[in-house]
Amino acid sequence: MKTTSNIAGKTKEIVKKHGKDKSSMIAVLQDIQEAFNYLPKQALKTAASAMNVPFSRVYEAATFYTAFSLKPRGENIVKICVGTACHVRGAATLQDKFERTLGIKPGETTKDKKFSLETVNCVGACALGPVVLINTEYHGQVTMKKVDKIIEKINNEGAQR
Amino acid sequence: MKENPDTQARRVQDDLRLNYGPNKKFITICAGTGCRAYGSLKVKDALEAELKKQNMNVEVLATGCFGFCEKGPMLVIHPDKYFYQQVKVEDVPEIVSKTLAKGEVIGRLLYRDPDTKKTLFREEDLPFYKKQLRVVFGRNGMIDPTRIDDYLAIDGYQALGKALSEMTPEGVISEVKKAGLRGRGGGGFHAAFKWEGARRAHGSPKYVIANGDEGDPGAYMDRSLMEGNPHSIIEGMIIGAYAVGAQDGYIYVRNEYPLAVTHLTMAIASAKEAGLLGKNILGTNFSFDIHITKGAGAFVCGESSALFASIEGRAGEPRAKYVHAVEKGLWDKPTALNNVETWANVPLIINRGADWYAAIGTEGSKGTKIFSLVGKINNTGLIEVPMGTTLYEIIYDMGGGIPNGRKFKAVQTGGPSGGCIPESLLDIPVDFDKLYEVGSMMGSGGMIVMDDRSCMVDVARYFLAFLQEESCGKCVPCREGVRRMNNILEDICAGKGREGDVELLEKIATGVADGSLCALGGSAPNPVLSTIKYFREEYEAHIKDHRCPAGVCKALITYSIIPEKCTGCGLCIKVCPTQATSGEKKKAHKINNDKCTRCGACIESCKFEAILVK
Repeated sequence: MKTTSNIAGKTKEIVKKHGKDKSSMIAVLQDIQEAFNYLPKQALKTAASAMNVPFSRVYEAATFYTAFSLKPRGENIVKICVGTACHVRGAATLQDKFERTLGIKPGETTKDKKFSLETVNCVGACALGPVVLINTEYHGQVTMKKVDKIIEKINNEGAQR
Repeated sequence: MKENPDTQARRVQDDLRLNYGPNKKFITICAGTGCRAYGSLKVKDALEAELKKQNMNVEVLATGCFGFCEKGPMLVIHPDKYFYQQVKVEDVPEIVSKTLAKGEVIGRLLYRDPDTKKTLFREEDLPFYKKQLRVVFGRNGMIDPTRIDDYLAIDGYQALGKALSEMTPEGVISEVKKAGLRGRGGGGFHAAFKWEGARRAHGSPKYVIANGDEGDPGAYMDRSLMEGNPHSIIEGMIIGAYAVGAQDGYIYVRNEYPLAVTHLTMAIASAKEAGLLGKNILGTNFSFDIHITKGAGAFVCGESSALFASIEGRAGEPRAKYVHAVEKGLWDKPTALNNVETWANVPLIINRGADWYAAIGTEGSKGTKIFSLVGKINNTGLIEVPMGTTLYEIIYDMGGGIPNGRKFKAVQTGGPSGGCIPESLLDIPVDFDKLYEVGSMMGSGGMIVMDDRSCMVDVARYFLAFLQEESCGKCVPCREGVRRMNNILEDICAGKGREGDVELLEKIATGVADGSLCALGGSAPNPVLSTIKYFREEYEAHIKDHRCPAGVCKALITYSIIPEKCTGCGLCIKVCPTQATSGEKKKAHKINNDKCTRCGACIESCKFEAILVK
């Protein structure tokens, strides 16, 4: 269990690594998200005071960029590429399929905290389109049939980190 | 006395060339993101293990992207330069025992030209590569991007040596000006003008920045350069910094490109170690350092002033540019910002001279451009061609045309700021000005090919939805206008379009373009206006006839089964999530349209193309 004090402790460490300068803000938030898989409120508060900026300033950056999540995310992050190349190759149909299979919409996490669904505007692997990125693994030419297999495999054997 | 930096660099290069002599046997394997996803690193490991087992001393180089992403994983066996494609781990023992040990070629791994049915041995024989001029991008396939020595061996940092020892900063600027280098990120602004402006501007320190926030969906050339040849970007930036008089530089890399960050970080460290970056570069008085900033997923950060805000640690909102970035850019200091590909062109210009460079291309657009050819195209990949190559040559000669015998409909260029170009304009030479003339733009070089199964109204809706999401919200015409246009397009796609919608879209478009500060809003109407201009009949089919001719918009189509083609195998019944398909075994099935959600599962599963979309 992440206690308030160890969230604060870890956040202070991160701020120390990047320096208190305001220009480090985004790098600090990236590292916080890396550490906790999302941006806990306590971490944002600690970062604001450690960097000597108003909380609103941290909140502004945390909510502006789509890479940041204020909600806890699942163990595995499923990112469906919805770039133009993937779109014309049927990314929307694939997104529907993931929504049906996992029972969640983009931005949501399954009840068992196993999967979060997100969309991304192009991962730059257009030859493989439609592409789905799960954690760090690229799945290319994904079909609806493959979706069931991919999810089943992760449920049974776990996924690449 | 200190050795002249230029002679020093040449001496190092001569030493290194010996390692890659003309008769040396080695393998280059593509390790770009696409090929990695296909498993190229596993092939590399297997090759190394097999070579060790058979006691052979042959080096395997994991290089940057080769470009022909369609056929990965691929490798080249030197010195014969045999090009093997779609290589699997199972092929490895044979490659080692036959090709490497005895020089025998394995026919099935070679590329077969689908038109002439000829088997082709080398990269340069392939139709995909034949008409290309890969002066910037081609070097990706020759080097291991994690080793600075490889870059030095292909004349890397020679341009820097030349600039620092033989040229004044003004001389560098005038050479780049003479070459006619224009920005590869979208705007097409002359790089030398920016540098000159930043050099003349008062204020210190000055900055140079590489924009690697490649946000246009469907474009990935910058990614491939950052991953595959990071030193070429760094060398360009150092030369630019020397010209501008900058002490510090930043590379802003998109959040989705972790491998690019890794390779750039390694490249910066090794360049520093070699005395090519940092204090007193190559023994001169010139000092310059580069930092990497990672984006966090905001398309608007590709815009210059938003990018500065993001590096400064704030939300990436653009600002009005009454004062140009060259005078007040990052931290309000003079800044020269160029795209990654632009920077990678700089060493070439210095090395080979402005005259050589300016001889390539068209009147107003010089040099080559890297395009990503994606979507409904046979040969997906990255190509580099001289400016002025026609769309037809790109799509048909290099791209190999449209898959499955379907008909070409449009090519979308310039990302969300660009437009869709119809078949009647395929003969236009591609350069900055020509694309602008036909209502699109170069953008960063994405070309998304669409066939008759792509709905142009849906494509316009797609881009507007994208822009609505990515608009930072600062300018009301962009925030509200784009949203309103998106609503109208959603209605049209849902069969709720009304007479006059097209005219209304055109009217709002003018307001959005005129009333927005940055290029995101200024060019946001392009996808809509260009599709209205060239595909108005599709809009009308949606609005008046409630029909989607391409069979994409779900509310306007129905699925049915062609009884003559259906064998009654039952697969579509199994996969249907809403139990809309039914029927007995071995008898033609049926689809209940009240239950059908047009999810496409039956189409994907049907092996007999028995599902009709209308």
